[in-house]
Amino acid sequence: MELALNQPAPLFKRLSWFDWLFAAIVVAGGIAAFARYGDFMDGYEKSILLATIPSLVMGGWFWKPFRPLFLVVGALSLFALSLYDGNLARMEETFFLKYLISSQAAIMWMCALFAFATVAYWAGLLARSDFMLKTGTALTWAAVTFGWTGLMVRWYESHQIGPDIGHIPVSNLYEVFVLFCLVTAMMYLYYEARSQARQMGAFVLLVISAAVAFILWYTFDRGAHEIQPLVPALQSWWMKIHVPANFVGYGGFSIAAMLGGAYLLASRGILASRLPKLEVLDDVMYKSIAIGFAFFTIATILGAMWAAEAWGGYWSWDPKETWALIVWLNYAAWLHIRLVKGLRGPLLAWWAVVGLFITTFAFIGVNMFLSGLHSYGEL
Amino acid sequence: MTTASHSFGKSLFELLSSMRFAISLLSILAIASIIGTVLKQSEPYANYLIQLGPFWFQVFEKLGLYDVYHALWFLVILTFLVASVSVCIWRNAPNFAREMKSFREHVSDQSLNAFKHKHEAPTEQTPEALAASAQRYLEGQGYKVKNVPREGGVLLAAKAGSWNRLGYFLAHAAIVIICIGGLMDGNLIFKAQQVLGYKKIETRDIPQSQVPAISRLTPSNPSFRGSVQIPEGSSADVAFLNVADGYLVQELPFVVALKEFRIEHYSTGQPKSFESDVELFDHAGNKIREATIEVNHPLIHDGVAIYQASFADGGTRLTLRGWNLFAPTASEFPLEGTVHQNSTLTSTAGDYTLEFNDFRPFNIENMGGEIETPRDSMSVLGGSPVSDNRHLRNVGPSFQYKLRDARGQAREFSNYMLPLELEGRWFLMSGVRETPTDDFRYLRMPLDADGSIDSYMRLRGVLLNKEQHPEIAARFARQALPQEAWGTEIEDKLKFSAAQVLAMFAEGGFQSLGRFIEERVPESDGERAAGTYLRILELAAFEALQIANREAGLPPRAPDDATGWLVRDTLNSVSDLFVYGAPIYLQLMQFDEVKASGLQLTRSPGQNIVYLGSLLLTLGVFFMLYVRERRIWLRIKPGHALLAMSSAKHTIDFEKEFVQHSQALDTLVK
Ligand code: HEM
Repeated sequence: MELALNQPAPLFKRLSWFDWLFAAIVVAGGIAAFARYGDFMDGYEKSILLATIPSLVMGGWFWKPFRPLFLVVGALSLFALSLYDGNLARMEETFFLKYLISSQAAIMWMCALFAFATVAYWAGLLARSDFMLKTGTALTWAAVTFGWTGLMVRWYESHQIGPDIGHIPVSNLYEVFVLFCLVTAMMYLYYEARSQARQMGAFVLLVISAAVAFILWYTFDRGAHEIQPLVPALQSWWMKIHVPANFVGYGGFSIAAMLGGAYLLASRGILASRLPKLEVLDDVMYKSIAIGFAFFTIATILGAMWAAEAWGGYWSWDPKETWALIVWLNYAAWLHIRLVKGLRGPLLAWWAVVGLFITTFAFIGVNMFLSGLHSYGEL
Repeated sequence: MTTASHSFGKSLFELLSSMRFAISLLSILAIASIIGTVLKQSEPYANYLIQLGPFWFQVFEKLGLYDVYHALWFLVILTFLVASVSVCIWRNAPNFAREMKSFREHVSDQSLNAFKHKHEAPTEQTPEALAASAQRYLEGQGYKVKNVPREGGVLLAAKAGSWNRLGYFLAHAAIVIICIGGLMDGNLIFKAQQVLGYKKIETRDIPQSQVPAISRLTPSNPSFRGSVQIPEGSSADVAFLNVADGYLVQELPFVVALKEFRIEHYSTGQPKSFESDVELFDHAGNKIREATIEVNHPLIHDGVAIYQASFADGGTRLTLRGWNLFAPTASEFPLEGTVHQNSTLTSTAGDYTLEFNDFRPFNIENMGGEIETPRDSMSVLGGSPVSDNRHLRNVGPSFQYKLRDARGQAREFSNYMLPLELEGRWFLMSGVRETPTDDFRYLRMPLDADGSIDSYMRLRGVLLNKEQHPEIAARFARQALPQEAWGTEIEDKLKFSAAQVLAMFAEGGFQSLGRFIEERVPESDGERAAGTYLRILELAAFEALQIANREAGLPPRAPDDATGWLVRDTLNSVSDLFVYGAPIYLQLMQFDEVKASGLQLTRSPGQNIVYLGSLLLTLGVFFMLYVRERRIWLRIKPGHALLAMSSAKHTIDFEKEFVQHSQALDTLVK
């Protein structure tokens, strides 16, 4: 009777032994990090670490696949750290480091796997092959695993270069592009599982592949993968929360735009029989914009608070700030049209696509074409 | 009349609260904001004038495009937005508040039957028993349930997610609150005072103390954002606010004194921190506190936040050695200078003004050529992320100055204090440019074995001195010819050629020689002739060096490799002097550095209001987007149950939930 009624049981009863194990490992890891690095952190950074522990636990409880991801990334990162053993030269000597899990190797694997995943999703979409679609999903998971490992190891490597050089790898365009790929892919994987529509991957992976192409160009042409010390303006704990929050926003908007594209094609009959139903595309598009908007709101507020501490004013109409506002207003208008006027269909899909151009400009265009106070990542 | 105004008010109300208007406002605000990111804001007006030309400069100025975000029309848009949101809240508030509370238990059976989402099931249970189990079920699902007895049975009215409506209030009220906070920190008060004629922008470049009261703001000014540059060992009791094409003087409630400004560097040379040790005093001279201000770590005192914003030279004293480059002599003169101050140089060619503009205690330059990646597997991966900063080098102090002639024409120079190694030899570098947008072009002056440019200067003096050319030519000819040929016609010819080459070189360097060859020598012989002349010039210059040494009371130089390079580099450098175009070269011998710290001082009473608004906005957005408002009615009559469901927003999740509740009802009725 209870089961048939599908009553939600109290949270603690719903948790499995694996959930508890996961929580225990996260807490233990947090405590270990605290014990080991606590002396190098200021009060704010300690609070961030403390807040991270329950967030990760809740994240894993809420979205189950996050638990194995976390554990595998953690294990791989620790393995890499133990191979390094404080000596960066081993990057060139140790097989695992050289070819798999030094930061640069892992990130290149991430790039390759995302490219393969894109191909697999498209093959699955065009050939209506469930197997290929599942392969796409698996490859995306693998890419995410390598990418996170790469970032974690990079964090460690940066501290090995010099104690004053180490910093969280979200400080320049190269690092945030990797972050963008990972966040977008994870958000997508979440919605893919919820809506049971893997065909969307063909479109979402396109925007990730574009980011991957940028990373590769940036690495080989500009040597941007080199770890540089932080300029004084970026030496702040705010960076640790402002930047990731922003990328949840960008990730959500990107997914929405790609699904908007899929929607427009399908509504014209192109790939219509292969893609999920229009309502599903529309629904996921809305959800991505909703989560993107919520996090972008937070990110912008955090940015303003950081600015108040670094530049002497929470709002300076600096081009980056202003473009963040433009992006935000754009999606506020989008949400109003959809939720208040109840509009659906191609117009909103078009709008989501155009929104990506606005967002991209705010993300990189501003750094390329406009000058301002945002000093990181000039092209 | 009353009806007319009534209906006007009403239609204004309608307009302001209409969604179409709100969306238009959001779009207009976004587009207006773009303008300010495309056109650089708050630049000196002269820059705009150059960029736009006189006509468009005026048009843009009238439109307020140089400070878009404080322009009247921009504020009007914002005001409309605030009005629109307020009216919208005002209009929706009563409904939404009622809705939040209400269970809508008064719906008629008829309208329930007309619902799009409804599900019917026969039941054997009594209405009361089914109602009780259904209520338990719904409450388990997070619904608030109200049980209303109705004729022949029961009505369960349930709702969930009422906070969605609360979210609406929070988020939209937050917009209003944030805008109000922002306005409090803006310069509205000053604008009003300016319009009424109480305040005026100062545009003259005059000492701060002479700025009249009409352009000064008192310490009680509730909000400001200004900056000030304080040299080490000095203090400031005002900040400057940039407004339009001028500035205002903001008097501070305290005095800031700068003890020391420090820059720390990473091992790679990039800056690691900027710090100012400051002391605050009250106006009576009593020390209030002492602190170190760093980027990202402002000092907040008495509601005024003080930030590390920039740094500059604070008037470094320079001890210099100067040479008159166009005079055919090696004689030098001593000179003292202070950065940000001017000196006058008197010469036969007229007076020059020396404007010292900057001193840099270090310069990090990329001395590398191409980046080579090691040819192994790591290069496939883009190479190691551990950066190899071999190419970055600190090349030591430099100072900049402008040399302005009597007609006001100026060239800018940048001279390095320490020599630089290029191709295995050491040079002193001096950069020159005509306009600030050009890159510096560098003159290289070779050092002698003692590491000084004295040999270079002496040789230059002799080479440019026409009176010494005959002697050089004579020595050269004697050296070049075997003793038998001395005194013959050949020697005369050789002397003549050497004198001619020297004269041309002293006239305009290699360029003069080149021009001569082009004009006089057939093209086929050009290269050979050039080689010959060059050889003559080098050998003659070697003799000139010996003369220079003799005159300076030094022993002659051995004709070795080092001397050969010294002669060649000197010839190149002297030839470049004709392009360098400066009458003097100044060598930095010693400096006594004084740094200045650029501080930004702000008072923003609206900040906490803005933060409160931000908090509400975040909460509101989450409630609106993630709390789904739903209602369920269950009308139970003996033998029959009807489930109806509604939501303001229909989503796939809603459909799914409806299916779930319908199935639950099917289970419950059994
Ligand atoms: C900067 C300005 C504004 C922002 C950022 C903003 C933001 C939002 C957001 C995010 C929603 C959520 C959509 C939802 O889930 O219901 C919303 C809903 C709404 N907004 Fe705005 N809004 C703004 C201005 C306005 C204005 C000017 C109006 C009035 C004309 C308005 C009226 C509404 C209404 C009626 C709703 C629907 C509330 C509901 O049914 O739950 N908004 N707004």
